[in-house]
Amino acid sequence: MNPQTHISIRNLSVSYGRQKVLKDVSLDIPDRKVTAIIGPSGCGKTTLLKTMNRLLDGQDGVTIEGEVLVDGENIYDPKIEVTRVRKKMGLLSQKPQVLPMSIFDNIAYGPRIHGVRDKTRLMAIAQRQLQASGLWEEVKDRLHEPASRLSVGQQQRLCLARGLAVEPEIILGDEPTSALDPQSSRIVEQRLVELKAEYTVIVVTHILRQARRIADYIAFLYLGELVEHGPAADVFAAPKDPRMKAYLTGEIS
Amino acid sequence: MGYRRRKAEETFFKVLMIGSTLIIAGSLLLIMGTIVVKGFPALNLAMITQTPKGGYYLGKEGGILNAIVGSLELAGGATLLALLLSLPIVLYINVYARRKSRLAVFTRFSLDVLWGIPSIVYGAFGFILMMMIGLRTSLLAGIITVALLELPIMARAMDEVVRLVPSSLRDASASLGATRLETAFHVVVRQCLPGIITAVLIAFGRGIGDAASVLLTAGYSDRIPGALTQPAATLPLAIFFQLGTPYPEVQARAYASAAILTFLILAISLLSRWFSRKFQKNTIK
Repeated sequence: MNPQTHISIRNLSVSYGRQKVLKDVSLDIPDRKVTAIIGPSGCGKTTLLKTMNRLLDGQDGVTIEGEVLVDGENIYDPKIEVTRVRKKMGLLSQKPQVLPMSIFDNIAYGPRIHGVRDKTRLMAIAQRQLQASGLWEEVKDRLHEPASRLSVGQQQRLCLARGLAVEPEIILGDEPTSALDPQSSRIVEQRLVELKAEYTVIVVTHILRQARRIADYIAFLYLGELVEHGPAADVFAAPKDPRMKAYLTGEIS
Repeated sequence: MGYRRRKAEETFFKVLMIGSTLIIAGSLLLIMGTIVVKGFPALNLAMITQTPKGGYYLGKEGGILNAIVGSLELAGGATLLALLLSLPIVLYINVYARRKSRLAVFTRFSLDVLWGIPSIVYGAFGFILMMMIGLRTSLLAGIITVALLELPIMARAMDEVVRLVPSSLRDASASLGATRLETAFHVVVRQCLPGIITAVLIAFGRGIGDAASVLLTAGYSDRIPGALTQPAATLPLAIFFQLGTPYPEVQARAYASAAILTFLILAISLLSRWFSRKFQKNTIK
């Protein structure tokens, strides 16, 4: 295995009932880079992302074949503790999903379930992560208000802070800016780029321009197949597959 | 279709809707009015501070404190017991079982059927259960029977709100490394707390107002029950017995008892609304 690979997907196929949504995907995701998964809607981008922290497991009629290796360990090995796999990854969903509790408790939730009880330590974690996601100044005086009162853009940054609070290695984003206003989108996008200094960032996006702005590495899916992948510069400058070319020119979207 | 006809159709259904709404609001007012008008003359402090003295049911002094305390203890205990059983059922079929799991489908079906069973059948079932374990008519037997009566109502009402929790909210908790149990208690229960409180209240109201299930199981006593093994009086039975006497003044006391029961339910309803509003602030819309 390539030493700089963080997640290695091996012959992964996923079906919902009889419908195959991912077909034999193999992909190495580089460590501490922004990887963008792009492709037209319904091509399996979100499914691919969700297989990485086993969120598809509990769903009806889903069958998963193949392997996903995180740090060289197959997360679909029955001996693996699923909560430990998920703790390694922070998730940003399409629509920010804050927990039904205060702003502070949203961030403290993760550390608390992993055993941090000390109030001052929790507060320090909250402050650090809120600063890291650029929300601290806006919420420092109302940490004990319900998180649902924040604007959607603030909620997404809170979700980012909450994800970072469990000290993950990987940030997964499922079209994390699609529900946000342009201003918040830009902040979230910028944070994701900054975070690659310490984390492996994987973002699903349907916005080609966003992929161009933030991605170091591209994976292009089309109808459940991994059509092309490689460093962003190469893929955008010289796409090899005709479908990739068509997507870049906007013929398929 | 012509404009005129569509307009007539609109008017017809509007009148129908307003009429139905008025009937339901009117029935409530009529029932409350009847209870207050007929019961008011008999309503006094002794009613709620004293137990029946000798000859109470012939019109002599005393009150129905035994039934008020009995009802509160019985319905309170039954509601607590039903909650201890409902919450695990609801969390299991919504958080643990798969969406289309046969067990979940069968559980919901069972609850729906149990909901429809008349309370006298629960009373008879509770009575047989008592005989089997050698329990006499007592507060405990009443609590167990009424808990069984409340269970399907509470569990199904909770189920309806817990089902609406978006899977993305559970995923958010799971992706932080939470176990299902942590997600169930810290996220799902919190999100549904207003609905859970409402479910508990509906069940409590049903439990405190039921006469048939306690007739054979809790029995009746002029004393305030001091232990789980003693028989307990309840308000619905107090109403029933007083209404059945030939004396007008005792019948008036039946209406007064009904007024007390109604106000009890009203007070608990308002209290729980206040609670559920208090907890609503964190709920994710």
